[in-house]
Amino acid sequence: MKVKQWRLGVPRALFYYYYAPWWEAFLQALGAQVVVSPPTTREIMDLGISLAVAEACLPVKVYYGHAAWLAPRVEALFVPRLVSVEQKSFICPKLMGLPDMLRAAIKDCPPVIDVTVDMSRRPEEGLKAAIRDTARAIGSRGREVYRAGEIARARYRDWLAGQQEQGREFSPGKKEGITPGGQPPLAVGLVGHNYLLHDRYLGMDIAGKVTRLGGRVILPENFAPELGEAACRRLPKRLYWTLGRKIMGAALHLMEQEEVAGLIHLTAFGCGPDSLVGDLAERYAHRHGKPFLLLTLDEHTGEAGVETRLEAFMDMLARRRPA
Amino acid sequence: MKVTFPHMGHLWLVLKAALTGIGLEVVVPPPCTRRTLELGVRHAPESACLPLKVNLGNYLEAKELGADTIVMAGGVGPCRIGYYSQVQREILRDLGCAYEMVVFEPPDVHFNEVWDKIKYLNRRPWQDGVHGVVMAWLKACAVDALEQEVQRLRPREAQTGLADAVFRRALQELDAAGSRKEVNRVVKEIKGELAALPLKPDVRVIRVGIVGEIYTVLEPLVNLDIEKRLGALGVEVVRGLFLSRWINDNLFKGLLPLPGHHPEKTAPPFLNHFVGGHGWESVGDTVTFARRGCDGVIQLAPLTCMPEIVAHSVMPAVQQATGIPVMTIYLDEQTGEAGLQTRLEAFVDMLRRQKGVRAG
Repeated sequence: MKVKQWRLGVPRALFYYYYAPWWEAFLQALGAQVVVSPPTTREIMDLGISLAVAEACLPVKVYYGHAAWLAPRVEALFVPRLVSVEQKSFICPKLMGLPDMLRAAIKDCPPVIDVTVDMSRRPEEGLKAAIRDTARAIGSRGREVYRAGEIARARYRDWLAGQQEQGREFSPGKKEGITPGGQPPLAVGLVGHNYLLHDRYLGMDIAGKVTRLGGRVILPENFAPELGEAACRRLPKRLYWTLGRKIMGAALHLMEQEEVAGLIHLTAFGCGPDSLVGDLAERYAHRHGKPFLLLTLDEHTGEAGVETRLEAFMDMLARRRPA
Repeated sequence: MKVTFPHMGHLWLVLKAALTGIGLEVVVPPPCTRRTLELGVRHAPESACLPLKVNLGNYLEAKELGADTIVMAGGVGPCRIGYYSQVQREILRDLGCAYEMVVFEPPDVHFNEVWDKIKYLNRRPWQDGVHGVVMAWLKACAVDALEQEVQRLRPREAQTGLADAVFRRALQELDAAGSRKEVNRVVKEIKGELAALPLKPDVRVIRVGIVGEIYTVLEPLVNLDIEKRLGALGVEVVRGLFLSRWINDNLFKGLLPLPGHHPEKTAPPFLNHFVGGHGWESVGDTVTFARRGCDGVIQLAPLTCMPEIVAHSVMPAVQQATGIPVMTIYLDEQTGEAGLQTRLEAFVDMLRRQKGVRAG
């Protein structure tokens, strides 16, 4: 029962890097035209910084920028209120208030589709309600929604599988390439939120920089997620942030691998969960004897400074390597 | 077992009554000072929020007095306080500071665990424990009633600081009180003393509501005694957060007929969902204060506090809709007195001009 064909704006920031294929497939299957903002640029970041409160974390400011870029170009913004995407876990509080924050900040804000995704208590029902509300917001209901949900799920599954294949499968003992010194490249674990690791402007392409310095980067999606989950279960208390657990799990798993020479934790200034999760990860890494580099990005971070720190870190790892 | 706990405003008085009541030896951490803060800052993660750092300082200072067990609250998200205990335990371990930690988490996770912890701590017959809890509750109510009186008097008293001096003595007497009768006697006497304080003739005060994260609102070390500063500037402070109310809302699930927060009624359409911590309450209380005719609102939060950043972000919409001026102050170990004082004076000047009231 489509009323009209909506032009929906989806900001390319934050959870876009986790659920984009799902959202795009679902909204398109319901007949909406999906407009995704372009990859982050200086202009988009500056736009966000001018609109957000100074104390917000960098990824949220960038999200503001993407949303503001989209605002004059679409009929509605798709900003789901992500409370929880799995049982007994939460997303950061800022994501829970994001739709309200945008409405308060952006002048002439188009209507915001702010369906609540809360799967903390009954995951199945929470997801079903979110799907139903999204469809209702753009004027669809019934069988059509069910079909669109199936399409979206299939696309999302393929995407996840592809991502794991695309990344070089991490298996202990597997070594590739030879550095100028005649030794195989140093394996470096890189952990952090996907919206930092995969946003080339915001995240400064740390993975590429490490590779150019002769390292072999292992990202969290290069090994089975169950390994991280299992590592996290050894913590005395369950980590209740979904993304914090992903980061912690990846860090714990990687630091236990003999091949991994060191860990880099990429974080953004003002990230609340990271301030605790990262500190714990660093303490565990030290007890494992693994070097740990914390890189905190903010809007003033210069590329040269990051490169110097990476070079120093890689040099140190190379010196530590047993002859 | 020598038990200690983190400071939060006058919470020590309440916790001490409850823990002594169940037969424990209690080590109240030394009052929060710059040293507490510096100790905490030195060892805590740099971008952690302020309460974690001050609490850590409390534990380290209590250790010097021989404490060996920490009793504290936990949580299951999304605010960071739920993971404080885990981080603090690892920090203390790395420092070689041996502590046992008893963390109380919400009962909807594992009710038996809460029960086991109480049983583990309890050293006396149950009747005594109940008596201790009742005393703790009575003291919380007494402190809050007296503090509200002091808030009203501060801008009006002829000599600044007299009401606070009486209140400080009241805290000591309440701490020593061992029965319901004594608590009632202290409250009555102190109220009498406060009522007898000389007042300024025909003073016209302005009213400012304080909202924000509970720790920064209740702990004078981290908010640099903001209520006293405002009082000296001729401002009557009102707030929605009090210990007794917090205990009622969170531990007794709002069973007692005290005025509670109802952010689900007051915060929309500005903020339509809870965001952990006190973010939803901050927005809701701001709306409530605007309706009750306050002249302005000050929001207090630790730097990088996630729920309060959400509240701060929607405040422009609240201001526009209700007309109440809101100033947000983030506090951390770098916050200086002079800077805070200047901001308060400017804000109060602005409110006075807006109200058409001459200063003084």
